[in-house]
Amino acid sequence: MSVLQVHVGIDLGSTTTKAVVLDASGEVIGRGITNNRSNYDVACQVVHDEALTGTRFSLIRKAIKEDTELAEVGKPFLAALERNFRLRQYLDQLVRLREALQRAADEPRHHAYRRDLQERVDGIVDSMMELGTGHFSELAVRKSDFFRDLATADYMHLAEQRSDPRGISFDILCSLFDAAILAVDNSADGDGFVRQMSAALDSTLERALPKVTAKASQLRRLVEATCSTVIDEVATVGTGYGRQRLPFPKEQIRSEILCHGLGAHAMFPGTRTVLDIGGQDTKAIQVDADGIVVSFQMNDRCAAGCGRYLGYIADEMKLGLHELGPLAEQSHSRVKINSTCTVFAGAELRERLSLGQRREDILAGLHRAIILRAMSLLARSGGINNEFTFTGGVARNPAAVNALRSLVNENYGERVLNISPDSIYTGALGAALFALRRAQAIA
Amino acid sequence: MTKPGNAGDVSKEHSMLLQKEMIAGHYSALARAPQQGRKVIYTFVPGNLTELLRSFDLLPVLPEINALQSGMRKLSGDYIAEAEKHGHSEDVCTYVKCDIGMLKKGNIGPTGERLPPPDLLLLSYTGCFTFMKWFELLRQEYDCPVAMLHVPYQAEGRILPHHVNYIVEQFRTEVIPKLEQVSGRRYDEDRLCESLRLSAQAEDDLVWVLESARNIPSPIDAYFGGVYYIGPMFTAFRGTPEGVAYYQALRKEVQDRVLKGLGPLTPEGVVEKERYRLVVEGPPNWTSFREFWKMFYDEGAVVVASSYTKVGGLYDRGFRHNPARPLETLAEYCLGCYTNLGLPTRLELLRQYIRDYRADGFMINSIKSCNSFSVGQLLMLRQLEQSAGVPGGFIESDLVDPRYFSPANIKNRIESYLQMLEQKRVGTSA
Repeated sequence: MSVLQVHVGIDLGSTTTKAVVLDASGEVIGRGITNNRSNYDVACQVVHDEALTGTRFSLIRKAIKEDTELAEVGKPFLAALERNFRLRQYLDQLVRLREALQRAADEPRHHAYRRDLQERVDGIVDSMMELGTGHFSELAVRKSDFFRDLATADYMHLAEQRSDPRGISFDILCSLFDAAILAVDNSADGDGFVRQMSAALDSTLERALPKVTAKASQLRRLVEATCSTVIDEVATVGTGYGRQRLPFPKEQIRSEILCHGLGAHAMFPGTRTVLDIGGQDTKAIQVDADGIVVSFQMNDRCAAGCGRYLGYIADEMKLGLHELGPLAEQSHSRVKINSTCTVFAGAELRERLSLGQRREDILAGLHRAIILRAMSLLARSGGINNEFTFTGGVARNPAAVNALRSLVNENYGERVLNISPDSIYTGALGAALFALRRAQAIA
Repeated sequence: MTKPGNAGDVSKEHSMLLQKEMIAGHYSALARAPQQGRKVIYTFVPGNLTELLRSFDLLPVLPEINALQSGMRKLSGDYIAEAEKHGHSEDVCTYVKCDIGMLKKGNIGPTGERLPPPDLLLLSYTGCFTFMKWFELLRQEYDCPVAMLHVPYQAEGRILPHHVNYIVEQFRTEVIPKLEQVSGRRYDEDRLCESLRLSAQAEDDLVWVLESARNIPSPIDAYFGGVYYIGPMFTAFRGTPEGVAYYQALRKEVQDRVLKGLGPLTPEGVVEKERYRLVVEGPPNWTSFREFWKMFYDEGAVVVASSYTKVGGLYDRGFRHNPARPLETLAEYCLGCYTNLGLPTRLELLRQYIRDYRADGFMINSIKSCNSFSVGQLLMLRQLEQSAGVPGGFIESDLVDPRYFSPANIKNRIESYLQMLEQKRVGTSA
């Protein structure tokens, strides 16, 4: 039985929790993310499990790559296996959701119409299972990868269709869901990996193209062997706001400033200045050639202009967070927004909408407002040096990136702006690198 | 990082208990002053003329001390709310609002005894221009006389003879006549000189204590512990036999710590391992003082020098009250307080502290409602990093407004800063 030594970094942020797994050479072989905020312990467990699942997939990918006979079938097989695995995970979570919904429906206050309610809930979950298959089909475009987001959207849609204002109302169905999703969110999936992988493997091979099925036994052996590899977690380092919750000794906890600095350096070795806009804080960090932090500034006293600001605006506009940036990009005449106070900006937004100004123009102004605030923090930390790396959830927002690009250019001239598609994992990557260094130092 | 003192108790040194008694005694004397016919002067810490007041048998009341004591005793939040109810803006200095709120709620001092109204407001606005507006408000409330002492700002970075003459002239024409009037006594220079002699004696001991932090490990924390050490000197006990006795006892205590190689005493015991030596600029937060301190000592961070402990005089740079030149020495004292110094002088002082006390870095605690301290601190941060060659940290809080102390953020920042120092030390190896 083979053993794989790994180093894990966990970043317990205010909006999402992330994990990154590194092998002994420092290569990223697994990642995990969750938007669970109600319970850090569960969030930590979820991302940890997910990152280890990712690690197993990396092992499968590597084994397929090394086997020349599988060169042609490897890619479609792996893509299908991953989709089927995600679907299994999703369906398992729906089973847990169904149980939680039934428990909630069983409460005394629903006594008078309990049977009807339970049947209706069952019907909704059955339909959610069918829709789930669609979410993980080959051509599907998911609005979110998080269970809670997908399940909430489907449940609400179905509940609206199947509610009856004079009987089981939408409100009753909603209250049931609120209780149930919290229960699902507050518990980890546990040891489902082997079962889910085995089911995913069966269904992948059953429905595979003939050229894949021709190699079925070889692929099955390969997957099973990889799944039995023992993963030895040599060292783990935690960071982020919830880091005190981690059951680690103090030496295994690092501040997110250091982790973001090192993570950004690992992604882009030329990095000298890092801007991280996270859920509740903005950090401007200067690093040296080795990724060591030399100075930093964070917002204090007030979290205006952070990621949550955009979340609040999205709620106010009844939009998904990921829709804000693209909409703002359509603006041709940006509105000037003065306030970066989240609550005031909400008021300003409503005022401007009532004056008939276009949503995209207002949104463009809001994006510029938060970047202006970040610029001030960057100036305080020592300016923007080449190369400049932008990380955190907001780095995935194209309007924020463009506002930053133009303000950097106006204020500092030409700078290389690095943004990794995996920028949300920067802190966890830095933590994992600290874990690796720690293990190497001890060895 | 600390070793507990007496189980279950907050660890305190003998000098701290002594000081507590002295301060409580002073508040009691103030409470009894109206019955005993003693006159009371309200005045400020920077540039206070305690020896002169004592020579007229006058008792000083220091509103900033009342405010910080109220902050430490968790009373300031209510006082500030009271002042805001009376129309004082959220952005006004929170010492002022705490003081006004306390007054509006019956002027009960921090120890629970009523403070007497002032017989005179002695305004020496050394470096802080809010002082003037503060006493303008108090004059309206109390309808009492005011003596103005204008202390020129040290723009050139040094004290010039005409500055001293200008202040001495004000002593003669404005301050002393008003003190004579209030006290009903004649100016007694011999008495003043005797008091100044005692001041210098205590100042020698205070400087010895502050400079003991040059030892590695430092036997004291020169910021969190330092505020206790400067207490009697900056308040009512300069130039008194009690003050002299306190500093003798303190010096002995610290000498003992040096001999035993002990680190500073914190509320949770002795700092066992000094991991970081820091210089701190700016006043501490008073409402969460213990919590703030803990963020340092839990990580083994010891403050070896601070600028806040110089707001009532830069004794460690050689100044001593000199009985041979009584009024001139008081003038020089007023001019030399930290709050009266320009940015270049402050920067140079901090640079010297970092060098002389072999500090690993420095931290600025920027106070939201204190313009006189906070203005220019970001510039100081950058310039000091360059001139001293060590990294600086920047945190933001407030003096006595509990709303502006965000523990999670401040802790996060302090930890990040200290880890940054650690990482610089070990480089890329771990």
